[in-house]
Amino acid sequence: MSAETIAIAEEVRPRLPRGVRLRHDETRREWTLLAPERVLKADRIAVEILKRCTGEKTLREIVDELTAAYGADRARVDTDVRALLAQLVAKRMVDL
Amino acid sequence: MNAPAKLAAPIGILAELTHRCPLGCPYCSNPLALDPRVEELDAETWKRVFSEAAAAGVLHAHLSGGEPASRRDLVEIVAHCAKVGLYTNLITSGIGITPAVMARLSEAGLDHVQLSIQDADPVSADKIAGYAGGFARKREVAGLVTGAGLPLTVNAVIHRANVARAGAMVELAIALGARRVEVAHTQYYGWAMVNRAALLPSRAEAQAAIEEVERLRKLHEGRIVIDHVIPDYHARYPKACMGGWARRTLNVTPTGRVLPCHAAETIPGLEFWNVKEHSLAEIWASSPAFNAFRGTEWMREPCRSCPRKEIDFGGCRCQAMAMTGDPRQADPVCHLSPHHSAIEAALGNPASAGEVEYQYRRMVRVPAAAE
Repeated sequence: MSAETIAIAEEVRPRLPRGVRLRHDETRREWTLLAPERVLKADRIAVEILKRCTGEKTLREIVDELTAAYGADRARVDTDVRALLAQLVAKRMVDL
Repeated sequence: MNAPAKLAAPIGILAELTHRCPLGCPYCSNPLALDPRVEELDAETWKRVFSEAAAAGVLHAHLSGGEPASRRDLVEIVAHCAKVGLYTNLITSGIGITPAVMARLSEAGLDHVQLSIQDADPVSADKIAGYAGGFARKREVAGLVTGAGLPLTVNAVIHRANVARAGAMVELAIALGARRVEVAHTQYYGWAMVNRAALLPSRAEAQAAIEEVERLRKLHEGRIVIDHVIPDYHARYPKACMGGWARRTLNVTPTGRVLPCHAAETIPGLEFWNVKEHSLAEIWASSPAFNAFRGTEWMREPCRSCPRKEIDFGGCRCQAMAMTGDPRQADPVCHLSPHHSAIEAALGNPASAGEVEYQYRRMVRVPAAAE
């Protein structure tokens, strides 16, 4: 997948475009990312990333925040965030 | 799995707000007997239905028709869907969407617009739709959608008259600012079945269109999402129609009948419940029509012992009905079906292009060709 290899700059400010919504589904007790004809389950890590994709924070800031919040290895967080964003950019569910 | 599993909640509702439509597309998915305006549900009833849908677990509301903009209370209905948290998708021909209507829909909380196009060639497009000037109007409406900041999907139904331009329709969708395009080869039910001789492309034409669209998918990855519905007549196994009967979605007709799919009324003997008499949750769980083909117990051979029975659920019940006269048969698209020759026969008789006139979709009770 070319999506995996999209180079994403540190300074981009990822955001969910209009028509893509992160929503808690009360019926199924899970978080979902809703888009045209798409329902993606969002796990705990994805939710934490996507909540920060407001178009205000840069990729660097998002990774810094998550690293601090979870006391995790920064390189690992960086890889996870980029992988998720690359996937969703290819699906046009995140804009950079 | 024979143990009765807990019934999963529905994910989507397709609301046919009206069967009125200015276009006459010969492959329309509406039934041949269209519901008249006077019998349509009022806005208050629709609002209750959408509240019940949200409470039952529905995430996506697809507002369709006919042309939903033919209803004057469309904005009020959209606002209600947004209020109860439904992801609200307007499925439109674009006709009737003025700049003022678009602005009000956007303000009301609409999430997404799906706009149909009939062809990349304007003259052909207007002929297919049976509506002069439609192509030009649609271009304007696409601009209104993107101008309002709403995401746009373009929907293109493929058949003989436009199959050579499937790729051009993808390119047009990109030019119109769509983030997503649905390229759907015609499925033969209702009006499309009446017009099948005029619509069915040859295998070679269909194959060339599929290859071109797949090439464009790779070329434009990250720019436009392509959802590609390939023609099931050319497939080896049937499609998992609707993701399985009564497993994911429900349809509500303009007069309130609730169906597992838009063609379900072509199956005789099914009892459909109406939102005027039952709640949506009751209908989902207990309506005889929904339970008729749920799961796998209803199946006969070759489906019953098939390792794919939980993958494609025997294919489409309506297609089995239309082509074998028995909705419990395997979808005849399946190469294992004893009726598969009916598909081969249809494919073996393509009329030459331009030879067959369309029977345009219109409000008459029963068109002659359906007799």
